[in-house]
Amino acid sequence: MCVVCGCSTHEETPVVIPAVKGHADDLHFGTGAARVSVPGLSQVRTIQLEADVLGANDRVAQANRAHFAAHRVAAFNLVSSPGSGKTSLLVKTIQRLREIQPERPVAVIEGDQQTSNDADRIRATGAPAIQVNTGKGCHLDAPMVAAAFDRLPHAEGGLLFIENVGNLVCPAMWDLGEQAKVAILSVTEGEDKPLKYPDMFAAAKLMLLNKVDLLPHLDFDVAQCIAYAQRVNPAIEVMLVSAKSGVGIDAWIEWLTA
Amino acid sequence: MHEMSLAGGILKVVEDAAARERFTRVERLVLEAGALAGVEVAALRFALEAMVPGTVLEGAVISIEQPPGTAWCLRCCESVPIQSRLDDCPRCGSAQLAPTGGTELRVRELTVHDD
Repeated sequence: MCVVCGCSTHEETPVVIPAVKGHADDLHFGTGAARVSVPGLSQVRTIQLEADVLGANDRVAQANRAHFAAHRVAAFNLVSSPGSGKTSLLVKTIQRLREIQPERPVAVIEGDQQTSNDADRIRATGAPAIQVNTGKGCHLDAPMVAAAFDRLPHAEGGLLFIENVGNLVCPAMWDLGEQAKVAILSVTEGEDKPLKYPDMFAAAKLMLLNKVDLLPHLDFDVAQCIAYAQRVNPAIEVMLVSAKSGVGIDAWIEWLTA
Repeated sequence: MHEMSLAGGILKVVEDAAARERFTRVERLVLEAGALAGVEVAALRFALEAMVPGTVLEGAVISIEQPPGTAWCLRCCESVPIQSRLDDCPRCGSAQLAPTGGTELRVRELTVHDD
């Protein structure tokens, strides 16, 4: 077979290409798929990459993890749908921490598409907070967290809460360098959320069922919700909390500081 | 729609490879998106098509392979194939499965032109 245009005038015989061995500086123009170089014609070749699409993010996340560890900071990535009460829960958590562990530093990175409302609510508790606005983005990524952490005081032995953009889909895939993802689900939502958004509940170490003070007014089936969460993640831990009444907050703080 | 961010990540991987391997045009891009990777393949393709004009990927044929997920069945004590995180064990019907594979999202292979 003609190696330039592929025409074949006779019975095809296999073309055996001897392995090219030579000096590292040698030039060899026949390593492309066509095995020949023709001026004016381009070479085609195949490159095996096996590169993780999220590799660049994951490398920054590992650097974040090392940075947090160097300051003995425990970082938690809080994920939920919008309106589950993440910020209220954080405010309550920080207030309670002040009472029972006043020496423990706390800082917050707040992710939202727009506004600094949430960071303002955290700062009102006295804890330092950095707002990250993602613009059109639907999740925080590791470089955003690295930039935000650089702007926070690096208090030794502290807690760092990263409140992700309210979204039960996209933040599941992005490692930020956290110790654990914590999924917050409020009982005013459906108990089947873990089945509807399995990737997020599979990625979470802990599920906080929030707003449990409202349970007497709702048909929310707590046992069923926990069963659904364990179905997508047999190892998930579950706690019932209320940012409003304070139920479960001490247990949650114990989990955070264990 | 995180597929837009993922498409940006794919383009970055390819452009880094282009700078390293000195190619100017990609004829074929082979991606691997596992069944449990959390990626909507149609949305990813749409995002890539919106992003590639003017880049080395312009005009490239994009193939997206979707290997199935695998999970460890706690009852069978065996690895079993699954298509989604909601699947039961295909052997014993148990829902106690711990996914072990199928979450990969990779740029596997490029066919490139050096012109």
